[in-house]
Amino acid sequence: MSVKKKFKGLSDKAVAWLFIGPSVFLLLAINIYPLIYAIRMSFTNFYANKIGREPQFVGLKNYIKVLNKEAIWEKMQVTANFMFWTLLLQAVIGLGLALLLNRKFKGNELLTTLIVLPMMLSPAVVGVFWTYLYNPQVGLFNYVINFFHDFGSFDMIGSSVLAPWSIVIVDTWMWTPFTMLICLAGLRSVPNYLYEAAEVDRASKWQQFIYITLPSVLPFLLLALLFRGIENFKMFDMVVELTSGGPGSATELASINLKREAFEKWKTGYSSAFAVILFVTIFGFGNVYVKVMNKIKER
Amino acid sequence: MILLFVSLFTFSANSNAKSITLGWAAWDPANALQELTKEFTAETGIDVNFEFVPWPNFADRMLNELNNKGKTFDLLIGDSQWIGAGAVYGHYVKLNDFFDKEGISMNDFSPATVYAYSTWPKGSENYYALPAMGDALAWAYRKDWFDRPELNSEFKKKHGYDLGVPANWNQLHDMCSFFQGREIDGQKRYGAAINTERGSEGITMGVTAAMYAWGMEYENPNKPYDMEGFFNSPQAVEAVEFYRKLYEDCAPPGHSDAYMVANLDAYKSGQVAFQMNWYAFWPGVSKEDSDGRVSGFFANPKQNVAAATLGGQGISVVKYSDKQDLALEYIKWFARPDIQQKWWDLGGYSCHNDVLNSPSFPTSTVYAQGFLDSMGIVKDFWQEPTFVELMLPMQEAIHDYVVNGKGTAKGALDKIIEEWVEVFEADGKL
Repeated sequence: MSVKKKFKGLSDKAVAWLFIGPSVFLLLAINIYPLIYAIRMSFTNFYANKIGREPQFVGLKNYIKVLNKEAIWEKMQVTANFMFWTLLLQAVIGLGLALLLNRKFKGNELLTTLIVLPMMLSPAVVGVFWTYLYNPQVGLFNYVINFFHDFGSFDMIGSSVLAPWSIVIVDTWMWTPFTMLICLAGLRSVPNYLYEAAEVDRASKWQQFIYITLPSVLPFLLLALLFRGIENFKMFDMVVELTSGGPGSATELASINLKREAFEKWKTGYSSAFAVILFVTIFGFGNVYVKVMNKIKER
Repeated sequence: MILLFVSLFTFSANSNAKSITLGWAAWDPANALQELTKEFTAETGIDVNFEFVPWPNFADRMLNELNNKGKTFDLLIGDSQWIGAGAVYGHYVKLNDFFDKEGISMNDFSPATVYAYSTWPKGSENYYALPAMGDALAWAYRKDWFDRPELNSEFKKKHGYDLGVPANWNQLHDMCSFFQGREIDGQKRYGAAINTERGSEGITMGVTAAMYAWGMEYENPNKPYDMEGFFNSPQAVEAVEFYRKLYEDCAPPGHSDAYMVANLDAYKSGQVAFQMNWYAFWPGVSKEDSDGRVSGFFANPKQNVAAATLGGQGISVVKYSDKQDLALEYIKWFARPDIQQKWWDLGGYSCHNDVLNSPSFPTSTVYAQGFLDSMGIVKDFWQEPTFVELMLPMQEAIHDYVVNGKGTAKGALDKIIEEWVEVFEADGKL
């Protein structure tokens, strides 16, 4: 039987399954099964390193423990603080850069390429080299700051006040180009005739920005922030390399704490409950956010 | 092509039959061991492959391997604190029968190292490792600066005694703060590079050097796991407060997440007068003295008692290895007194009595006497199977207090006890 004949017998539905089958299988095997397994584990006192010790069902004990633990709320606060400032700065600076690069000038393409370079680097590498940039004795960052105003010697990653800002600065430096690129795509999709009509109506530049540019680019900006929000909620590598979550626990994000509970303390049941709580949190926020975003798009 | 395939197959088959893999941390002594092991291969025909993991990832990598019953390693030189987990969870082969059969006596090794690196439960006669690398936390200092008359006279004028090996932690602080911010040979220098690392075990190893010297005990000697009033005793609180003072007054700027390599770098680059570090690094430091730098070494200073933080490791056979017989052959060879002497000569720290009790040992290197002194006074962190769960809260709370300046020393120690109680309860010990 020829191949042609063989496939001729397949319905459209079968062909569709043939194509999506492998993806569905991988999704089930790599995402859904571990998720279900983790949910199951979250109701047990399982320790992955205690060989031979059978996990026992403990009901909601792990969830209650996580939600009642003061330290967990501290980590969540650190994470929220990190997310708020990084998203705010990346939105403002990213939009600003996009507006700048949307203008035609000599060297525009070269500048765009240079600006997007940081986001092409590995977060772990970025974390390591920023430890050198932040070094109070030889770091470029401190030198530049002191060049403008003499603050004396200060330690960005050793001070509990400055360390949270140190990770915000690095993340903003690295990922603002991403927000900028998406905003730029939005800006370039705004039809010129809207501005021409506004000119005819004698709208000022500020009015054009408020009534044309901003509404057009807002869905793009919100999409970029959604991606960045999800990424920063689970931020790990860059911060571990830069501060190890310190000083003390000043920059210990929820994801870093989760890794320590799960793969250093090996509290598998407890950390599964923590992971499920984090998952539900980001999933819930994500859904609400997408709904709001769609409403804005519809307007 | 066929020939190539056959030869590759043959090579692979041969290497599998007569080779073992040894895992350890990536540092100077590991290179010395690699050199020493060439003799083993020459004698027995057994190839030894080495996998050395950088210290920051060492525990993660090795413990994951053991927890997953991995067969990557036949021999493992694991940290002293792992011995409990190695024995209780069945990762390590119990060596008693093998020692009896081969005539290897634990009495031939320094008692402190046997207790720390080999036994579980502690002090019992159940051996899960052969003491391989003795180590303790100690100090190196810039002897060339101390010998400068103008610096010494200025110091003496201020403190009433000579610059030299500090007799206690107060003197250590005097000396470190004397150098803090001082210009020597046109460069700004600082006091001491001490352990402040947050991620793995650094700050715990550092602060316990002070706590032990102040006389801290982890638990009530008559009531195991009863920590209240012992781990957070007034002496322990004072020691932690002192460590913070040492950090604030004497550490170089930016030294807020530093351990072995960062301390070495600060010292070798001429930034600091003192560094806290493991004996394992002293051969390298001593060998690399140049440009006028002369290093002196001393054991952890005493305060209320003489004590030092234990480092070092024992060598164990991994239970999941398919080549336990070859691995045991390596241990038999390594336990030989002549090999132990060569181990010391190459820069490893032997724990064998024949080496340590030799009349020439104390003068064999400038740090040998300090090593002997230290090994007589060492104390270790918990060696419980749950030691990682015990280590992490201490890292966080101590770093929060010492580096972050948050809360009080008593508060930090109370918080640690609270977490430890939870760990011991979960482990059925309380």
